[in-house]
Amino acid sequence: MALVLTEEQQLLKNSAREFVAGTFAVDQVRQHRDGTYPGSDTALRYSRDHWQQMAELGWTGIIFPEQYGGLGLGYAELGIVLEELGRALAAQPFVSTVLLAGNTILRGGNEDQKQSWLPGICAGEKVLALAFQESGRFSPWQISTRADATAEGFQISGEKRFVLDAYGADQLVVLTRTSGSSGDRDGLTLFLVDPAAKGVSITELKVLDSRNAALIEFNGTEASAEQVIGEVGKAADILEPVFDCAIAGLNAELVGIMSEAFERTLEYLKTRQQFGALIGTFQALKHRAADMFCEREHAISMTMAALRAIDNKSHDAILLISAAKARTSDAANLIGRESIQMFGGIGMTDEEDIGLFMKRARVAEMTLGDSTYHRERFAQLSGF
Amino acid sequence: MNTENDPDKFRIIVSDWIEQNYPAELRQAPGADGQDPRQSKPYEQAWLQRMAEQGLLAPTWPKEYGGAGFSADQARILSQEQRRAKVRAIPISAGLSLLGPVLLEHGTPEQKSQHLSKIARNECFWCQGYSEPGSGSDLASLSTRAELIGEEFVVNGQKIWTSHADDADWMFCLVRTDPEASKHEGISFLLIDMKTPGISVSPIRLISGPSAFCQTFFDDVRVPKENLMGHLGQGWTLAKQLLQHERQALGSIGRGDARRALTLPELAAQEMGTDDLGRIADPGIRTQVAQCELDSLALRTTMSRSADEARAGQSGGHIASMLKLYGSELTTRRHELMISMRGADGIGWEGPGFTPAAMRTTRQWLRAKGNSIEGGTNEIQRNVIAKRVLDLPE
Repeated sequence: MALVLTEEQQLLKNSAREFVAGTFAVDQVRQHRDGTYPGSDTALRYSRDHWQQMAELGWTGIIFPEQYGGLGLGYAELGIVLEELGRALAAQPFVSTVLLAGNTILRGGNEDQKQSWLPGICAGEKVLALAFQESGRFSPWQISTRADATAEGFQISGEKRFVLDAYGADQLVVLTRTSGSSGDRDGLTLFLVDPAAKGVSITELKVLDSRNAALIEFNGTEASAEQVIGEVGKAADILEPVFDCAIAGLNAELVGIMSEAFERTLEYLKTRQQFGALIGTFQALKHRAADMFCEREHAISMTMAALRAIDNKSHDAILLISAAKARTSDAANLIGRESIQMFGGIGMTDEEDIGLFMKRARVAEMTLGDSTYHRERFAQLSGF
Repeated sequence: MNTENDPDKFRIIVSDWIEQNYPAELRQAPGADGQDPRQSKPYEQAWLQRMAEQGLLAPTWPKEYGGAGFSADQARILSQEQRRAKVRAIPISAGLSLLGPVLLEHGTPEQKSQHLSKIARNECFWCQGYSEPGSGSDLASLSTRAELIGEEFVVNGQKIWTSHADDADWMFCLVRTDPEASKHEGISFLLIDMKTPGISVSPIRLISGPSAFCQTFFDDVRVPKENLMGHLGQGWTLAKQLLQHERQALGSIGRGDARRALTLPELAAQEMGTDDLGRIADPGIRTQVAQCELDSLALRTTMSRSADEARAGQSGGHIASMLKLYGSELTTRRHELMISMRGADGIGWEGPGFTPAAMRTTRQWLRAKGNSIEGGTNEIQRNVIAKRVLDLPE
């Protein structure tokens, strides 16, 4: 697949851009943070009405097969929507519901489980969260949350951190250890858990990007064998590709975030005057803007290549995904830093939007492994 | 060569041809077994000859001008198969990669039939007469004068950085034909036979030792009027177009493909050793190697994207400046890393006590410093991006 948009993809991009421009203002980030966003549940930190509207456009079901109410399209298409959402810093449960929990059910679930949840996701009626991370740095198999076998099934106990969109979720997908010890790839098991079940306590977190994230404690939560996704002990096989696809999606969001931040910075360079001249005439700033442009171009190329590699089932898809995450994280970080510097004092204020881009980028950079993690993985996959 | 339409069949034809024709002597890394890399020169020549006979040095040029008549896709397959077979890089030839594409577009029918086939068959060597001692980054301030007297231009002045001028057959040269016109409009593009009386050449020694660069002096050199390419005063437009090709060619050096002697990870494994898991033993070096390799992958991917955009009729906009800028900085970083991995082996200049491969690393480390200067300094590339792509005010 060529690294350009097809005609259909260009149409999708146009309609996504139009919808995003008319629906999500960057200021909504502050409203969700400060609890001033209109709606009954300010703790949700995103709008379920908007989620519903995107479902009507088909976007929540882009990667799901038609039999579950999806569009049966690819990651190249999903990336287009995520990039546009990234431009507006739109807080929507795409990563949690579609890329993490939904994709886990699609890849690992039985037919009953798929029928129970996927049509609801595609219709915009259900929001799900995947509770996996326990350590600060991403380390996928460092799992201590136990699911101990009982006479009736399992009993789950442990603590999950940084669970995206867990508050208000209709269902949780929980990664537990049924055997072995923390760090082992084997012995991990996934469960569908009702957030209202006994022994589940969800604590809302306040994080840098003002989005929905929670700490979840499981204290002897009962789960039956029917709630297991896939085989007991084999969760890593399901999750590995799920994480990779989610990373590819985050890359697209990062491209959107950095593009908007970069373009706003360029605009500032073309309008802000000091010493009687536009600051964009200063070579010290021009050259750094040129460097930001180069980094962003590489981030775009790598992101597109990785998304297409997933759709093509290329043998080098994983390598490209990790390489792209390293590049997009570094490029977003550079553009975040430089944009604040170039805006000067006003860039430090909460009133100016530019800082919001750096904050969301920081969270997306860290999510599912930062550039250090992915450069290391790239080296491992390359065999040196 | 058969220009089979089916890409899979075409790929087989190409790879079979490479397999049958690529000299066995070139299949080991240059300088392997402690050999002097220069010993492989005759085999490189033979390989170039075989490529030239098939038009493969200029794969996309029409067959009537000595090319292979390939489509852009077919040329890409050829390049992929060469990389896969670890075919060594062909040195950038000014005729093939710089002048050829511009001559195809702007040359008169006579100029095209006189020059293109010879370039494609590797029979005629060109050098580039652009920079002058007083006109480096500010190239358009050049002052080499060409005065039209009767049917001839009379050229007087001096060019610098004219690579291979000492054994080139021809030079494409920027000259000032109208000193009254504005800086950019008074320049014309001349094709000059290097055997013309009044031309003298002296080589330039670089920090890395002897080099291909020369200074070229013109003293009442008479050039026939027909050797003007494009119109009088159109030289700067052609010059810029040609610079795009040059930047692209220079940028592609940074891709770090399989054509070099040892890949960077291989060299690192050799110099630093490996641990139980086969990883480069020094974690700090390993991280830097990963960074370089990842950046090469990004550069290659952006090059593919820009080719795909060109095919789809979407202009990538001054992509050449970006590739040159990024590619040359990456090359510099690679060489810094290579020489630091060599340790004391990387300080040898010549003679006994050092392997030829190690001394090559040293010389290349020095020579690579020029990559961010030649073809327009990287500062100039950043200016071009800021102005043409980002539309920043002047």
